Amino acid sequence: MATRLQFENSCEVGVFSKLTNAYCLVAIGGSESFYSVFESELADVIPVVKTSIGGTRIIGRLCAGNKKGLLLPHTTTDQELQHLRNSLPDQVVVQRIEEKLSALGNCIACNDHVALAHTDLDRETEEMVADVLGVEVFRQTIAGNILVGSYCTFSNRGGLVHPHTSIEDLDELSTLLQVPLVAGTVNRGSEVIAAGMTVNDWTAFCGSDTTATELSVIESVFKLREAQPSAIVDEMRKSLIDSYV
Amino acid sequence: MAEEAGMFVVHQTVGSVLCCKCGIPMAPNAANMCVKCLRSEIDITEGLQKNVTIVHCPECDTYLQPPKTWIKAQLESKELLTFCVKRLKNLNRVRLIHAEFIWTEPHSKRIKVKLRVQKEVLNGAILEQAYIVEYVQQEHMCESCSRVQANPDQWVASVQLRQHVSHRRTFFYLEQLILRHDAAGRAIKIKQMDQGIDFFFANRSHGVKFVEFIGKVTPIRSRHDKQLVSHDTKSNNYNYKYTFSVEICPICREDLICLPPKVAVNLGNLGPLVICTKVSNSIALLDPFTLRHCFMDADQYWRSSFKALLSSRQLVEYIVLDVEIVSSEVNVGGSKYALADAQVARVSDFGKNDTIFNIRTHLGHLLNPGDHALGYDLYAANSNDMELEKYRGFVLPEAILIKKSYEEKRQRKRGKPRSWKLKSLNMEVDDSKGRADQEKMNTEYEVFLRDLEENPELRFNISLYRNKEYQPSEMASMTDGEDLPSVPLEELLADLDLSEEEDGDDSMRE
Repeated sequence: MATRLQFENSCEVGVFSKLTNAYCLVAIGGSESFYSVFESELADVIPVVKTSIGGTRIIGRLCAGNKKGLLLPHTTTDQELQHLRNSLPDQVVVQRIEEKLSALGNCIACNDHVALAHTDLDRETEEMVADVLGVEVFRQTIAGNILVGSYCTFSNRGGLVHPHTSIEDLDELSTLLQVPLVAGTVNRGSEVIAAGMTVNDWTAFCGSDTTATELSVIESVFKLREAQPSAIVDEMRKSLIDSYV
Repeated sequence: MAEEAGMFVVHQTVGSVLCCKCGIPMAPNAANMCVKCLRSEIDITEGLQKNVTIVHCPECDTYLQPPKTWIKAQLESKELLTFCVKRLKNLNRVRLIHAEFIWTEPHSKRIKVKLRVQKEVLNGAILEQAYIVEYVQQEHMCESCSRVQANPDQWVASVQLRQHVSHRRTFFYLEQLILRHDAAGRAIKIKQMDQGIDFFFANRSHGVKFVEFIGKVTPIRSRHDKQLVSHDTKSNNYNYKYTFSVEICPICREDLICLPPKVAVNLGNLGPLVICTKVSNSIALLDPFTLRHCFMDADQYWRSSFKALLSSRQLVEYIVLDVEIVSSEVNVGGSKYALADAQVARVSDFGKNDTIFNIRTHLGHLLNPGDHALGYDLYAANSNDMELEKYRGFVLPEAILIKKSYEEKRQRKRGKPRSWKLKSLNMEVDDSKGRADQEKMNTEYEVFLRDLEENPELRFNISLYRNKEYQPSEMASMTDGEDLPSVPLEELLADLDLSEEEDGDDSMRE
């Protein structure tokens, strides 16, 4: 199920949190309410970790990760790195990388199998992404935007992309990612998808501005209605696109 | 650009997204909301005025542009639309695309304007919206109209022009001069008075200017006075009404004057019997027996004023029986005269007695035996002039001819319209005097018009207009063109006939 919430009066929840199938990172806020929403949804399944990255709260935009690993920018302090290594499950590889584009969350979008990367990303970083996250990396743009991490978000079951994405692009992307994709919006028409929401295979968190229509699109494309953490099965993925509701 | 360079470009089909509010599929836009939802969400006309009160002057049909300007504008005119749009506050927050009037009943005191505005909303989406502004017309008289309404008698300066003579000829002529120079253009009111005209002005300086103008065309004597109307000692404001009393010298053209001895001596023993030949800002005097002439300016005249012995109303018609030129033609002050001895008889005597006068006249160049002439009958005149009595032993001539008469020839033309007309001042006439007075004035006016025809010098300064109603009959022009003086066509001005000045046309007299 998708949940609507706010981080300190901001609807950009994807900025302040990072959700994967194996762990959830949450920014340290003034109040516990943001954390407690994640805690109540996920506590008995995956660890919910409060952290900062490089002393900032915009952790969702700075790190990239899936159930196999977590990539942190070079601004991450040693303490933060240690804290994350301690808090995350042992099978998750936590790696700090030297990449001048330090907002990794904006430059890399990934699920457990594939990743889209910013076109200017270092080759070493690309290799590191492939190694640490165990994914195939494609350099792509989304509707002409190079910040692929900002303008799309996808799980192993589906994905939401920038609303201006043309049908041809949508086709190509869903072939690459092997998940159905839909062009859509969050937060009442915001096109910065990844900033407005964070998603894994069975749940999603959206900004509180997200309308019912947007929520229903999100739930249907990410197949959240039938999804339960226990019932994750690798089903055959079809390159199915364009199925609203 | 890529296509121009011959590069391969993937064809892009614009997809559709669901409107974030209502969920209908639509082309993605900046707000990612369908137009209807955007409209319901955002009202770009919010904070714009929809009801405006404008101040309208019902008298002069103008609109108040605050703070003080009054703009004249017709309903549904471009000017009014500009004015209406300008009156809207906060319109700079949006972009005005279109404005038009919506028809309203002219008496409803409402003006409706439909405006179409654009504004950028929600991360770059531009929304266009139309809305109607209702202007409530509040009737409020403008300052000048209310002043007129409150007190029509709002003059500040009045010029009382007077000439103490028995005819109005001078004023007919002055009227034309004033019209020609538009000297009374600033006058609020012009009123015809007994023996004169009153001019009223809203400003003292206009009055002064007018008096100066009159002083340039006639010999005048003027004095002025002021009356305190109100004052405000705190701000040192004083309101006065100024009155200029202007007296025109009573000597007119064609008057016979007996100069007082002192004046005669001053003028080099002129006269003492002289004829006034012309009055401009000075008086031209001519001794008909010697052809000596002399000019007196206003100062000289008023220093020792005198009156006419006989004036043009007392002219008597004579028949010239014989003329004998004494001297050759001489040019005196711009006009020609020739001294002659003439035998004349009064027309009234004709066939009754054989009274014949042998006189000397200055009209030798004009007169031929058989002509009619107008002159003063000193033989029969019973003059009680003080000045004349001062000259002991002065023998009066029996008659003094003043001008040739065309009366006989004019008989034939009676009733026919003239080929020209004059404009007239818009004067208030006191009707209480009765019809006799009016008739007298009409005959005087007719005489004045004849004078104009006979005397090119008189016409020199005034504007004659072509009479459109006049159609010259060919017969008439064949028969009576020879002697009768008339105004040549090329002297006439075509009357500028603007539709606005229709009432100006009415004030014209033939």
